[in-house]
Parts: sequence; C-alpha cells; structure tokens
Amino acid sequence: MIPLTYMLSLSAIIFAIGVAGVIIRRNILVMFMSIELMLNAVNLAFIALGSRLGSMDGQVIVFFVMTVAAAEAAVGLGIIISVFRNRETVHADELTLMRW
Amino acid sequence: MPPFLYLFLGALAIVSALGVVIQRNPIHSLLALISTLMIIAILFIGEDAVVVGFLQIIVYAGAIMVLFLFVIWLLNLQAESGPTGHIVLKIFGSLAASALAAELFVFLGAPHFKVKMYREPPGYGSLESLAGKLFTDYLVAFEVTSVLLLAAVVGAVALARRIPDAAGEGSSDPRAASAIRAAESSPRVQG
Repeated sequence: MIPLTYMLSLSAIIFAIGVAGVIIRRNILVMFMSIELMLNAVNLAFIALGSRLGSMDGQVIVFFVMTVAAAEAAVGLGIIISVFRNRETVHADELTLMRW
Repeated sequence: MPPFLYLFLGALAIVSALGVVIQRNPIHSLLALISTLMIIAILFIGEDAVVVGFLQIIVYAGAIMVLFLFVIWLLNLQAESGPTGHIVLKIFGSLAASALAAELFVFLGAPHFKVKMYREPPGYGSLESLAGKLFTDYLVAFEVTSVLLLAAVVGAVALARRIPDAAGEGSSDPRAASAIRAAESSPRVQG
C-alpha cells in the first residue's frame, strides 16, 4: 500500500492549487471549479486515512461531502445565472455593489 | 496499487489541477477539472473505496460537471482576452498557495503526524459495509441530507427563475415600477 504521507501530500498539493485558483482567477465559474477542487482534495485525505484506519467512517463522510457539493453546485450556479442576467458579467472584479 | 502507478496518477492529477487554474477558456478549465476528478476516483478505487470511487465518477464527473457545462453554454462564455487580473494578485496568490502547501506538509509530515494502522476488515469498501454504516450510525445525518437536497432544489429553481413581471415588459412595466416605488418609499423594519 502507498505510504500515508504520499496520499496526504497529494491531497495538500491539490488543495493548495484550489486555493490559488480562488485567489488568482477572477472568473466566477472558474473560482467555483477551484472550490470543487478543494473539496475533492479533502475527500482524498478522508479516503486515505479511512483505509489506513480500517474504518468506513471516512467513506461515509465523503458521501456526505459529495451530497453537499451537489447542493452547493446547484445553488451556486443558480446564483451565477441570476447575477449574469442582471449584470451581464461573470467577472468578480466588476461586481462591486457590496464593496466598501 | 503499485507505487509507480500512484506516482503517475498523482503527477497527472497535479498537472490537470494546474490546468484548471491556468487555462483561459472556461471550457478547458472544466475539462481539466473532469480529468482531475476521474484521476481522484481511480485513486479512491486504489484505496479500496470502490463504491465511493464509482459514485465520484457518476455524481461528480457525470452530473455536476454537466451542470457546469450547461451553465457555460448558457452564458456563452468565451476565452478571456487580454490580461486577466493584477500581476500583484497572481504573485500573492501563488505565494499564499505555496505557503499553505508548505504548512500542510509540515503538519502532515511523518514526525508529528502518526497514525496507528489497522488492518482492513473483510468486505471493506463494499456497498454492504457502506450502507450498513450509513443506515445505522449516520441515519440522522442521512435523513437531514434529504432535506438539504430539497432545499437546494427549491432554492436553485427560485434563483434561476425569471420573474414574469420584470421579464415581460422590462423595467418600463408600470405595475412593476409602481410596486418597486411603493416598496422603496414604505418604512422598512430594520434588523
């Protein structure tokens, strides 16, 4: 079996790439995709630790994370569509209504 | 899973995750994301989480990504032309992400983070063991999840729905305009 440190390192790298995507990219949809990337990195850590501990809890948690991600995607994409309908943009820097 | 396969898949996952961030066209980002999710699903299966791995492919790479694809088509997004974002922002973002990765490495590194290994019980990762856990220990959470999904569906429909009054005649509709004026002039309850 692959050493645990390797799996957790891969998970950490993918999570950091997701964080970089949220900070760097200004397209709301791509920021959203980066959030999905972070969720999956955490899922990978759950699965790796669960199989090392011989417990099914990690997999159940991953199941719930997937459900929440599906709900989040549905609502988030609905928000993006309604923002685009009103403002004709998906560029995060142009949405300045709530900026002080 | 043999180590070389892990290294290959891991490198592929990192490259395609970078593709999500680097690609300018949202469709290309999405394709890179799908490939990342597929590779993560293979890693799940390699870790004996077979059911969850297939769920990952069906739910994530199948359903959620198709939803993203539809939204990209619906909004008719093209590749961003010209410079995107500040160079300072890019440098700051890269540095912050590198710092986060380094921090995670330190915390998850071998000296501090030790896990007592257990042998996997027979039938580990099968549908039976997953369902057994889900419908006994996590039954309440499972039921609450159904409420969450219902709320998400209702919320998504309510958000994406075009309001008939505002859409038909636009803001020049006298009834909608007077309604908005009435709402603005009426005293609001704060809090």
